[in-house]
Amino acid sequence: MTRFLALVPLLLAVVIGGFFLWGLNPERDPNEIPSVLISQAAPDFSLEPIPGVAVPGFAREDLLNNDKPVVVNVFASWCVPCRAEHSVLTNLVEREGIRLFGINYKDKAEDAARWLAELGNPYERIGADTNGRTGIEWGISGVPETFIVGGDGTVLYRYVGPVVGDVAIAKFRAALTQAGVLGTGAS
Amino acid sequence: MRYLSIVLVLFALIATPTLAVEPDEMLSDPVLEARAREISKELRCVVCQNQDIDSSNAGVARDLRLLVRERLVAGDANDEVLAFIQARYGDYVLLKPPFKPSTYVLWFAPLFLIFLVFVLGWRVLAVSNRPRSSHALTREEEAYADQVIKNYQKGDRE
Repeated sequence: MTRFLALVPLLLAVVIGGFFLWGLNPERDPNEIPSVLISQAAPDFSLEPIPGVAVPGFAREDLLNNDKPVVVNVFASWCVPCRAEHSVLTNLVEREGIRLFGINYKDKAEDAARWLAELGNPYERIGADTNGRTGIEWGISGVPETFIVGGDGTVLYRYVGPVVGDVAIAKFRAALTQAGVLGTGAS
Repeated sequence: MRYLSIVLVLFALIATPTLAVEPDEMLSDPVLEARAREISKELRCVVCQNQDIDSSNAGVARDLRLLVRERLVAGDANDEVLAFIQARYGDYVLLKPPFKPSTYVLWFAPLFLIFLVFVLGWRVLAVSNRPRSSHALTREEEAYADQVIKNYQKGDRE
């Protein structure tokens, strides 16, 4: 018993030290909030199209029965990082042929239409979430956020913040590859 | 100078935590509004994570406050409102972590550590209170020690 108790401080030091080591890992983001949506069915919502934008609206039904995963991007014209992210998403659509749906979060129709006219519209469908309620259904904490939704409507991945910069893009591409949207050989 | 200090003390007395709840969000029914405040204190703002949604100015926090009130008006109990938001934002949205297998470590670790401190403390005290076992020298050891001392003293004089 005494022998064992003598080992307790060492044991505690190892446990607490291990915890510190985990906590100091630069890869770990302490602000990250795990999404409850991952591996769950996409939430229920139904959004009207943006008036003056030529793509249809967007509801949960559009995420079911797709033959490959789709990317759902939450964006707004007032969101500055979205502007930077826009070209990345456009590239993915044009070069890799991913399917991109948009949720236009708390935006004015004319602002959103102008923004899309200026930057181009890579979205296949855009739903106007004028009161932010669909954003809550998706559990977002801000814009932009990007989800990968499987063909059967299961949410596979969530990226919080703009997919901008090499690290973020590599991470997002890896998730796309894992979801089976990109081939493994694609660079 | 004295007046100034009195004024300062009075200001300190009336200081209350600032709320971000805006008048247009509040419900006209004071009972429901009070319940909404109670629920809001339990909910973490997902943008500024150490604030409850009542004291956060973030857009999502405002939306959640409105949602809480909407659910209350629709007739939800406090628990149901919390469950509704928890279903969308996960356990992280609750400022008080739920008690379930994945959080047992969180809830029990402090108790376990206190228990450990008591056990260790008791052991240490028990050991230090125990009468020291006397290590009296045997006759041979006594003789040997004498010899050593003598030799040493001799060597010292030379």
